[in-house]
Amino acid sequence: MKVRAQMSMVMNLDKCIGCHTCSVTCKQVWTNRPGTEYVWFNNVETKPGLGYPKRWEDQEQYRGGWTLDRKGKLKLKGGGKIKKLTSIFANPDLPLIDDYYEPWTYDFETVVNAPLSDIDPVARPHSQLTGKPTEITWGPNWDEGLAGSQETAMDDPLLADMQEQVRMAYEQAFMFFLPRICEHCLNPSCVASCPSGAMYKREEDGIVLVDQDKCRGWRFCVSGCPYKKVYFNHSTGKAEKCTMCFPRIEQGQPTICSETCVGRIRYLGLVLYDADRIEEAASVPDEKDLLDSQISVFLDPDDPEVIAAAREEGIPDDWMEHARRSPVYDLAVRWRVALPLHPEFRTMPMVWYVPPLSPVVSTLELDGYEADPDDIFGAIDSMRIPQQYLANLLSAGDVGVIREVLHKLGAMRAYMRKKEVLGEHDEEIAPQVGMTSAELERMYKLLAIANYEDRYVIPQAHTEQGAEMMKEQGSCGLDFDGGPGNCGAVEAKPASSSPIVPSADDDGFDLIKILQGGKR
Amino acid sequence: MSAGAVFLWVILPYVAIATFLVGHWWRYRTGQFGWTSGSTQLMERKILGWASPMFHYGALAAVGGHVIGLMVPVAFTDAVGMKENTYRWFAAIAGAVAGAVCVIGLCGLIYRRATNARVRRTTSRTDLVVYALIAALIGLGVWMTFAINLLTSSPYDYRSSMSLWWRSLFTLRPNISAATGANTVYQVHAILAWGFWALFPFSRLVHAWSMPLQYIGRPWILYRSRYAQAGRGR
Repeated sequence: MKVRAQMSMVMNLDKCIGCHTCSVTCKQVWTNRPGTEYVWFNNVETKPGLGYPKRWEDQEQYRGGWTLDRKGKLKLKGGGKIKKLTSIFANPDLPLIDDYYEPWTYDFETVVNAPLSDIDPVARPHSQLTGKPTEITWGPNWDEGLAGSQETAMDDPLLADMQEQVRMAYEQAFMFFLPRICEHCLNPSCVASCPSGAMYKREEDGIVLVDQDKCRGWRFCVSGCPYKKVYFNHSTGKAEKCTMCFPRIEQGQPTICSETCVGRIRYLGLVLYDADRIEEAASVPDEKDLLDSQISVFLDPDDPEVIAAAREEGIPDDWMEHARRSPVYDLAVRWRVALPLHPEFRTMPMVWYVPPLSPVVSTLELDGYEADPDDIFGAIDSMRIPQQYLANLLSAGDVGVIREVLHKLGAMRAYMRKKEVLGEHDEEIAPQVGMTSAELERMYKLLAIANYEDRYVIPQAHTEQGAEMMKEQGSCGLDFDGGPGNCGAVEAKPASSSPIVPSADDDGFDLIKILQGGKR
Repeated sequence: MSAGAVFLWVILPYVAIATFLVGHWWRYRTGQFGWTSGSTQLMERKILGWASPMFHYGALAAVGGHVIGLMVPVAFTDAVGMKENTYRWFAAIAGAVAGAVCVIGLCGLIYRRATNARVRRTTSRTDLVVYALIAALIGLGVWMTFAINLLTSSPYDYRSSMSLWWRSLFTLRPNISAATGANTVYQVHAILAWGFWALFPFSRLVHAWSMPLQYIGRPWILYRSRYAQAGRGR
């Protein structure tokens, strides 16, 4: 047994309102730089929808993640080491920038300089790749809230096996939001795909990072990640990815996406795992067993044997204390109401999702189910978001897993409603879903009340272990060339990869002239 | 012996070699962050899909050809019983294939860089100089292979002229007359090549040294400790 700690996240999809605050604050902190205009370490997708980049979930197209070879051994779907080295001059599976979108800005200068006129001036969109005027035809969130989905949603890979059940007619449509960051996988295929050895998983907290000095721009991490959460900075020629805001995490603070989440949907905490068992657990033949096998590598932080082994591995006692209070361990392992995103990619992702239940509530109210908790379970089967769709997203297609989670969430609602509204303690609800009333109340406190200190249980890094850190004192740590940090130590960067090419120089469309003409 | 000859065939090579060595030492120590293939595949992948492998494989084969042609003396091929005629046909045909593949690839790469606005925008001034030098070198080299070696009844014997001079540089007794008496096209090719080597450490060409062969024997997943040594395997 080799005990390691992993900083892990849970997102409660029931409460995500799709406001994109997480995406915006993340972008401001990390990818507001030339070469990363198209990059969103955190993005929020509308499901069903194509996602970002388009159809990222379709591994027959992108060939990310792992698969099993004929002997049942784990191998990269994008091919082995020899294949990678021989195709290094042109990666066959790399997405094109248009699969994400062509980043753009607006020609604000023309608007600012426009003369007084009867006509309102407008800012034309300009490509940030070429600087030239551009037509905006796709964006990171083009099908937001099902906009235009009658034309695009059927290309959602998750709908492939359920076309019959899904109607895009407005009154029958369903949708929910899916915020996505790097999964900081236990079995990261991006790390395995990197020929340079520039990508690594941190032993202390499991955060997956790219060494910017070692990266040589071979691009296999981009195609190797099935979640498409490693990006190519076309200005620096290096790969970049979500860092789980490690400078904040090390200080015991939540990531910027979590900190600014207005819906309080995010949870951060430690999970202990057995590093010796990962390959075996990721290799189970049946995809539907992957969830159970992933859960099986996690270690109980209350188990004396685990505590002894952890101490041997040098995991500090205060980290063990944090692991015992971890909301992620509660939601994903103890109660099993949070599920991994696409376990069938075999990367053992460590960002977990509580599936959305909300539409059930309206079903309940409409059909008068309210009074009888038994009917909640009936209602779950007829809820608007098809369970098959959630299963394709979160449980390798296993509907039974989804139903079990939704029943637990339904039971929590029923129990708390009786308690709060009717003042009754119905002790019969919890056993139906294999929990206790006390657990349901704790789950309610965590999911519904969601206090700050319950959501984020983050131990500080033990920097006293690192004499090296002394050398870094007073420096910024992120202010390398092209890096996100700028503690005033580096030159000001240009705002964009391609500064705006004035329209007059490009296609002769000169707004100022037109406006001046209009004034006459 | 004229001052010009000494400059071209002694001073220029040694300055280029010194620049090459010191430049790499400096770049490796200070320029790791800029050490990258500088790929533009994200911007355009259709032409790159065939042009880049053709260019790179052709160029690697050509590098191999240069190693044989410049480093293996006539005495060696004679000793192993390879006739001059056999050597000439082997070198000319292999060189012609490598050169043709490389040129087609390079044409594709130049075309996409010139016509695709997104790719052109990422092109630095150093990139332009590298492109110009490479195009001139490969153009001359292919001309030499086809016109002066393959499709002629009297192939030029560079092994008893340019190769002698090239090897003499590394024994620190430059054989200037072997170079001054050589074919003019070969001379221009050699002079441009020294410019190429001098520019090498300061351009994106350094990614050639990063060919990741160590990937083959490596564990899949790499772990690093924040405080300890790098790269412990699973």
